[in-house]
Amino acid sequence: MNRELKSVGKGVRKKDAMQLLLGKPAYVDDVTPSDCLVVKVLRSPHAHALIREIKTDVAEKVPGIAEIFTYKDVPQKRFTMAGQTYPEPSPYDRLILDQRVRFVGDAVAIVAGEDERAVDKALRLIKVQYDVLPAVLDFHEALDNEILVHPEENWKALCDVGADNKRNLCAQGMESDGDVDAVIEDCDITFTRTFHTKACHQAMMETFRTYTEIDPYGRLHVVSSTQIVFHARRILAHALDIPKSKIHVEKPRIGGGFGAKQTLIAEIYPAFVTWTTGRPAKMIYSRKECQTSGSPRHEMEVTVRIGANRDGTIRALDVHTLSNTGAFGEHGPTTVGLSGHKSIPLYTGELEAFRFAYDVVYTNVESAGAYRGYGATQGIFAVESVVNELADMLGMDPVDIRMKNMVREGQIMPAYYNEPASACALDKCMLRCAERFGWAEKYPVRRMPDGKIRAAGVAMAMQGSGISGVDVGSAAVKLNDDGFYVLRIGAADMGTGCDTILAQMTAECMDCSVDDVTVFGADSDASPYDSGSYASSTTYVTGRAVEKACLELKEKICAVAAEMLGCAASDLVFHGREVEKADGSASVSLADIATKSMCGNNIALEATSSHSSPISPPPFMAGMAEIELDPETGAVEVLNYTAVVDCGTAINPNLARIQTEGGLVQAIGMTLTENIRYDDRGHLTENSFLQYKLPTRLETGRLNVEFASSYEQSGPFGAKSIGEIVINTPAPALAHAIHRATGHWYRELPILPETIALDLARDAENGAAE
Amino acid sequence: MEITLTLNGKKRTASVSPDTMLFDFLRNHGCYSVKCGCETSACGLCTVLLDGKPVLSCSVLAVRADGHTVTTLEGLQEEASEFVGFIADQGAEQCGFCNPGFVMNTIALLREHPDPTDDEIRAYLAGNLCRCSGYEGQTRGIRAYLNAKKEGLL
Ligand code: FES
Ligand code: FES
Repeated sequence: MNRELKSVGKGVRKKDAMQLLLGKPAYVDDVTPSDCLVVKVLRSPHAHALIREIKTDVAEKVPGIAEIFTYKDVPQKRFTMAGQTYPEPSPYDRLILDQRVRFVGDAVAIVAGEDERAVDKALRLIKVQYDVLPAVLDFHEALDNEILVHPEENWKALCDVGADNKRNLCAQGMESDGDVDAVIEDCDITFTRTFHTKACHQAMMETFRTYTEIDPYGRLHVVSSTQIVFHARRILAHALDIPKSKIHVEKPRIGGGFGAKQTLIAEIYPAFVTWTTGRPAKMIYSRKECQTSGSPRHEMEVTVRIGANRDGTIRALDVHTLSNTGAFGEHGPTTVGLSGHKSIPLYTGELEAFRFAYDVVYTNVESAGAYRGYGATQGIFAVESVVNELADMLGMDPVDIRMKNMVREGQIMPAYYNEPASACALDKCMLRCAERFGWAEKYPVRRMPDGKIRAAGVAMAMQGSGISGVDVGSAAVKLNDDGFYVLRIGAADMGTGCDTILAQMTAECMDCSVDDVTVFGADSDASPYDSGSYASSTTYVTGRAVEKACLELKEKICAVAAEMLGCAASDLVFHGREVEKADGSASVSLADIATKSMCGNNIALEATSSHSSPISPPPFMAGMAEIELDPETGAVEVLNYTAVVDCGTAINPNLARIQTEGGLVQAIGMTLTENIRYDDRGHLTENSFLQYKLPTRLETGRLNVEFASSYEQSGPFGAKSIGEIVINTPAPALAHAIHRATGHWYRELPILPETIALDLARDAENGAAE
Repeated sequence: MEITLTLNGKKRTASVSPDTMLFDFLRNHGCYSVKCGCETSACGLCTVLLDGKPVLSCSVLAVRADGHTVTTLEGLQEEASEFVGFIADQGAEQCGFCNPGFVMNTIALLREHPDPTDDEIRAYLAGNLCRCSGYEGQTRGIRAYLNAKKEGLL
């Protein structure tokens, strides 16, 4: 790129910013009619049961009730609700409604009525008799338990992921490089630690919601808050057992997703109602339903065995992950992979051998799904904590031990599908982070005059940019009157700003202003195919499709200009607002070309391109936390979090910064306050925002974010990704800081004040006894 | 029950049931800016002004507004326009779902404390959750607005 960039790399305003800030109608419930059937679902009170009898006759008599559906009314082909490329790795283990209920909150009946009051009343009047069955509530006991979550014969796995429903197994696998046992044997120091992370919730502010109607062509029209319009179309076709051609899915503005809306949580129920009754319908999840019947992070237990030399050389990593997919297998086989693939390669530098093995099990708790970080978050918490503990044992500075062992640009990463670290500024991230944070001054533990303790911790992270060889991004660019462009995409902007950054790329390619580019998407009928907005793919994968489409469109524009100027297209140069002969003798404006394209023209001034990448270049980052811990109460206050990110070129530095800050705060919540507890009957305690504590703006500390960018040759304008990596460092960095302050390593999240206070009280007692 | 209130400057008379929440009443009257994030008075998304004071409309009965004045973001477009561009310049609007409640409470803040410190901003807006932005961009935006105002740029 020798030309100076005009749009890429600029912090332009998000295209929808002012409308959103002024509260204009934009989301599903704002832009769809309220004059439609209200749909709600009766939920199971039992963790595991068979419906012996279900009586809806009284409920059906409630005035205003249109229809009540039970398991007897739905198609009997199993499907998955996971938004993944077909054939999905997630097993086909769902029915819309099943006679067997598998967790507290599982769907028992669908009620559709004229208004909420009637529906609520009917829900109370449905009489269900359950044969309550013993449940698998502890994921350690799931594998080969005699209680089966999915004993059914028509359960099936489309991909070879090592699944076996007769063993409660959703996936199993192992991979390795080198002889890990032999290398560890030869190491000066080795130890094993086990970590536990829970099923945290995305807690996007807009709950799951979908509106459905039959359109004038007799097709099912779905307006939904979804990250995956194309997968949604296919999944609905599978669920309803109807042709895909009968379904049209679009998304308006989305009130946050973070992966939650990469699974079809709400869509299936109103879709079934509308398809069956022909009437428009809407379903809006309550916050409680979101918490109890959503698609949270996979609970994982990650065990890390490390082998190192006394000088701090990390020679071997042996990681095992036990993942809890809950009652259904959505994203189960794939999330687990990231717990190893995105943690072990961070130490490619000196690593001689690794092993990564995993089991993903079914249990009778809420089904897990996709949440920003997608398994990497859990794995990185474990591996980074182990490295901090190693540094502590060796008396090494934890920054130094990372500088010694981290992956460097150009290295091949055996634990990351042998892909290269083609662009990697992790070393710069770490050094810059230490400098900006003031590591030298803040790392030493300081006792404050009021008795509180200040301490610091560090971690690093990686993620991917799309799924190698799988994700497809597409873009269609069209020239219109006066020379403005419409960019059509199938990627879904869920607030992250992908509409805007893709418009910036278009503007850069077409040499126009971002205001000259209008963005449309995502719509399964009108958008070019895109896997959807997940796996940190949009900037890197769809961005390249934008570049390709623009290149093609420029050629077409030149072809029309050539006709107008009576010369060969090869004689022409595209200058953005005009096309000129190379010798400067004549030119024609883009506006005139656009006008010409609408009169006596045979060349469509529109280009569509798709892109898929054989590699998934990882973004990298370093994060450092300073805390103040109150030994009396165990309270941990985050004072300052500094992060330096290598996302390649930041297409929009403002949005990249906000992505980072938002991810850090979500992770601070996951580490310190967001708990998940089940009682012995499988009921979730944290079923509202009163119990499930999201960080407020008083709990984030000061966030300092910087970029130390590399240039990824295969990415658009050198870009990689930013969306997910940013959630990965706070857990290990905060656990590290808390260890510095207390002497205790906490290996289970969240790290609650009461746990810390009890440990410190016990320490004091023991100290007094000695 | 019949209630009469002033909604965004206009007198409205409507019949509501005794358990109708102000939140539902407002959305049914076309105030789509008002959002619900939690149903338990824990997120601040549903913030509107009742007689000029911020309240959570998800936990106020519609009948409580009888004879009072209710203002939503629809009624404060001009006052909001004065500062929300500064939030947009940070990219901090993100998904936008929390924005109306946040903007309403910021209006209340600025009416009450025209020159708040950053910590005062954080304290006043502590009840407004945002899952996307990490909050700091919102604070920077308000700070940039206050600075621009002080410098006489507005
Ligand atoms: S909806 Fe959350 S406080 Fe009202
Ligand atoms: S912008 Fe999405 S919740 Fe605040």
